[in-house]
Amino acid sequence: MDTAVTAKKKWWDGGYSPFNVSYGKLMMWYFLVSDAFTFGALLISYGTIRFSSTSWPDPNEVFRSFPGMGHANLPLVFVSLMTFILIMSSVTMVLAVHAGHMRDKKAVAKWLTWTVIGGACFLACQAWEWTHLYHEGAWWGRNPFHNVDGTLASTNFTNFFFTITGFHGLHVTSGVILNIIILANVLKGTYEERGHYEMVEKVGLYWHFVDLVWVFVFTCFYLL
Amino acid sequence: MEHTHTAEGHAHHDSSTKKIWRTFWILLAVTMVEVGLAFLHLETGFPSRVLLNAVFIGLTVVKAFYIVSEFMHLGSEIKNLIYTVMLPLLFFIWFIIAFLYEGNSWKNLNRDLKPGTPIEKVKAPAEGQHGHH
Repeated sequence: MDTAVTAKKKWWDGGYSPFNVSYGKLMMWYFLVSDAFTFGALLISYGTIRFSSTSWPDPNEVFRSFPGMGHANLPLVFVSLMTFILIMSSVTMVLAVHAGHMRDKKAVAKWLTWTVIGGACFLACQAWEWTHLYHEGAWWGRNPFHNVDGTLASTNFTNFFFTITGFHGLHVTSGVILNIIILANVLKGTYEERGHYEMVEKVGLYWHFVDLVWVFVFTCFYLL
Repeated sequence: MEHTHTAEGHAHHDSSTKKIWRTFWILLAVTMVEVGLAFLHLETGFPSRVLLNAVFIGLTVVKAFYIVSEFMHLGSEIKNLIYTVMLPLLFFIWFIIAFLYEGNSWKNLNRDLKPGTPIEKVKAPAEGQHGHH
């Protein structure tokens, strides 16, 4: 990639990418922008329905359990752990990308492995949370939780919760699969042969996006 | 700027790793502040719900900025790419305002026009507008 960028460089005169990134990376950015609108649409419709409801269940009442802690009232604790795991796996992903810049195959493999483990831990946490809620009677079309004001809640709450966290979980799942494929290629030496580890960067962008979406899901469902 | 991918940059290696960890600590700290404030509200009722929500949304944007700018490296790309990615997202400002306003208005209509609501109650504000008897 062209690195000596002068102030007068004419980006749109052709001969090089006007975005100073490769085609693949640019397309990943475009995909992520479109995916941001998909998640945005889901979260905004959730907000619209919530604003149109006279009352809504209190997230601190619904999400208050922790594995192995029985009926202890621990709002936010478990989801904070999930958030921590995802941020951590984002860090290991940046470190993998960074190691790729250094052409350090062993380090790339090590950090990618940690990223896969982090993603798997997050999915395990989500599986536990969903199972727990299911056993409490919550599912698509079923909502055992009452509104803050004590009235019977509609199923909007659970429908949106399972749809949006499910869609995010699906992204995490495909991210983990992509990471595993990339890791296999790293170990095979595919990128060493190619001369660069840009594929790690592209998948890294996707992985950080998954983390980014979680930041918004965390705020919209657990904090607000 | 995008750095050259050569092995000579070991000093670069350290500063860049440091930056990654700095971003991690910022993200962790912001999340802990959010959770801390949520607990403070649960225990004491302070800060008020409205203030708390505003703080949560503000801190969410801060976290989003650090993830996109540092982890996704967008802050170090050239302006053409930054604008291409960021400008379409400005639509969200309008989407959020328009849809939440719509939701709220739907709630009010639903409340005012619910079957069994005394018709006078609906009329009353309209009369009020025309002023004095």
